[in-house]
Amino acid sequence: MYLSLQDRPAAERAGSRPGRPRVARVVVLLGLVSLLTDVSSESVSAILPLYLTGALGLSMVAYGFVEGLYQGVSAVVRIGSGLAADRSEHPKWVAFAGYGLSCAARVLMIGAAGLASMTAVVTADRVGKGIRTAPRDAMIAAATPTEDLGRAFGVHRTLDTVGAVIGPLLAFAVLWAIPDGYRTVMVVSLAFALVGLALLALLVPGRPSRPAGEQVRPRVRWRDVADPRLRRMLLLVGVLALLTVGDGFVYLALLERSDFAAYWFPLLYVGTNAAYLVLALPLGRVADRIGRARMLVLGHLALLAVYVVAALPVGGAAVTVACLVALGAFYAATDGVTAAVAGRLVPPGVRTSGIAAAQTVVAVGRLAAATGFGALWFAVGPQAALVVVAVALAVVLAVVVPRAGRLDRVAEPA
Amino acid sequence: MSRAGLRSRVVAFVAVSLVCVAGAGAYAAQALAERRDELAAPPRSPQVAADRYAGEPRLVFRNTEIGASFGLVASVPLEDPRAPRAVSDVACDRVDATARVVSCLRTERGVVTKYAWLELAADLAQRRRAPLTGTPSRTRLSPDGRLASSTVFVAGHAYMQVGFSTATVVRRVGGGSLGNLEDFGLVVDGRRVAPRDRNVWGVTFADDDRTFYATVATGGVPYLVRGDLEERTLTSVQPGAECPSLSPDGSRVAYKIDRDPGAGTDWTLGVLDLDSGRTTRLDVGPSSVDDQAEWLDDETLLYGLARTGAPGETDVWSLGTRPGSEPRLYLRDAWSPSVVTGTTGTTGRSS
Repeated sequence: MYLSLQDRPAAERAGSRPGRPRVARVVVLLGLVSLLTDVSSESVSAILPLYLTGALGLSMVAYGFVEGLYQGVSAVVRIGSGLAADRSEHPKWVAFAGYGLSCAARVLMIGAAGLASMTAVVTADRVGKGIRTAPRDAMIAAATPTEDLGRAFGVHRTLDTVGAVIGPLLAFAVLWAIPDGYRTVMVVSLAFALVGLALLALLVPGRPSRPAGEQVRPRVRWRDVADPRLRRMLLLVGVLALLTVGDGFVYLALLERSDFAAYWFPLLYVGTNAAYLVLALPLGRVADRIGRARMLVLGHLALLAVYVVAALPVGGAAVTVACLVALGAFYAATDGVTAAVAGRLVPPGVRTSGIAAAQTVVAVGRLAAATGFGALWFAVGPQAALVVVAVALAVVLAVVVPRAGRLDRVAEPA
Repeated sequence: MSRAGLRSRVVAFVAVSLVCVAGAGAYAAQALAERRDELAAPPRSPQVAADRYAGEPRLVFRNTEIGASFGLVASVPLEDPRAPRAVSDVACDRVDATARVVSCLRTERGVVTKYAWLELAADLAQRRRAPLTGTPSRTRLSPDGRLASSTVFVAGHAYMQVGFSTATVVRRVGGGSLGNLEDFGLVVDGRRVAPRDRNVWGVTFADDDRTFYATVATGGVPYLVRGDLEERTLTSVQPGAECPSLSPDGSRVAYKIDRDPGAGTDWTLGVLDLDSGRTTRLDVGPSSVDDQAEWLDDETLLYGLARTGAPGETDVWSLGTRPGSEPRLYLRDAWSPSVVTGTTGTTGRSS
């Protein structure tokens, strides 16, 4: 299918012909693997606070303290897994190791009872996520012709987010039927993880063979990863990430003024996911048309809208819903697209490392943004803080929007 | 991948999936059947009508006896806590009561799970309801029942970020919110500070409807703070103290002490004399106590303790405040104890 897509003339590709899939099978399969895995991980993380405090009688304060550490660990792991995937030329099996680690964490979780063991298990789960993301995105990038990348990542992220929406609802449905059924949720979660793992191992094709004639395994050189084109992108996404303050603050800002937001607070993230789910594919297709790097930058206009709406001195349901939709649109326009862009700015041999580098820069940048914004939040208050970051983002966007197309022009056509 | 190879892989995948679905399904069915049996089984211990001990000095608590009445508010007389429990039909995760009003934090289960603070009359009839932003943790009423506080864990469950914090709110009973204590001015060691990582939890009220004590954590250090509802300030009293509880005579504060500083997983209890500033460290035995203590009288604390290895099963223990006192099992299958001593609104301070 990969080949048949590439063989089609460009004119044909422009129009969507019914009956011919536009997305490689491996992308859909990886999407289903992500869906199953997200049902598994999101169902457990939705009930974890209740389980720790209600059932185990533990303090969440300590848990929250440890949470911060994962982010740093995750960043280091990402880079390592990217290099390992490129060196070994087996991104599938590196991704498998990540999914497998998270799956093993599910098994251990069923037996874990103390805070220390629970912390170890949750850390293992996060490390697994750090390991698998970049190799999986590299497989999507490798299986898709450049002009369809936005659509392919859109399909993948849609499936992924379907899992993230189903997971918490499934978990709460189980607890509804069985009030102390935490272990049942964990067993169900393990089942989903195992099916996802089996799907990846058995049915997702590994890396397509190297072009004929190229017998020698290409060396993975750091120099290739540090391609000037990628460096330009890293600078771009890094600066934008520094102005991405995190959903938690947006929800808290809404909470300050809206009873509606307070009432639905525990579920606001489901609303964001629902918007993301609906918009991931359409925005991916738009990205293919207008340029993916351009979409990545324009997506931040949605983020700017989030800040502005959240800072408005009005409450009510409409404001909350508008914010969630804009936030979902922001993720839909940037999350998969970041991997799509990064994967084409480096030679194919170091693609996973390139994607991992971009995702790491984004993760670290956002962590720094959350920390800095938190200080600002307390210093000047929620509304003023949002206005400050909105102005900064507007200035940056005014500079980068006109230049965003350049990255699209230098991307590899392969 | 050859055609035959693909076929055998598909077969293998279907087999794995069936095993997983069947296994998880069987486990869930078993759990559901057990739950049905629990609901159908008669209570393990005798029960009496919900209002049996109304007007008497009593302990109000969350009943955690496995079965149909798990999680429901119940009471026993203070003079004989082993008497049959008076179990209501009102569910609360955390409960605090005075003779006139009851504060209840509840997880409202459903496919869409939400959390609520409920103001109840003494007979547990609902008077007011306000949404909570996370999992219930602590609630306290002021001694005269005019103020209520709630602490919840806000799990910042956002798509790309997992954060965590507590939210502690003080409300007027029968009235509106006095705000989130995070927005109060904070003075640590005499200096006004505004750290971003602050968390506030575990309020206990004095009897003047203005002063209260609470925990503020910043930079990994939990401080005992004295709060002022009129000035809207929190002022540190001393570090290393969590979940304070003011004694009925107002002279001492019982609180949690971290036995393994920094880790935040292993606590014992201590009692601070507010005049002398001296702390008496108590011995709770090997179990870590993670609860806001409740004063049974001026010399005895009550606290909930989860049973090791049995999720959801808890007991209430008592501990004398003199050095060398040993913990004793006070009430089996109970959680969130609240002492109601009077009939006209005068109650144990921390209840």
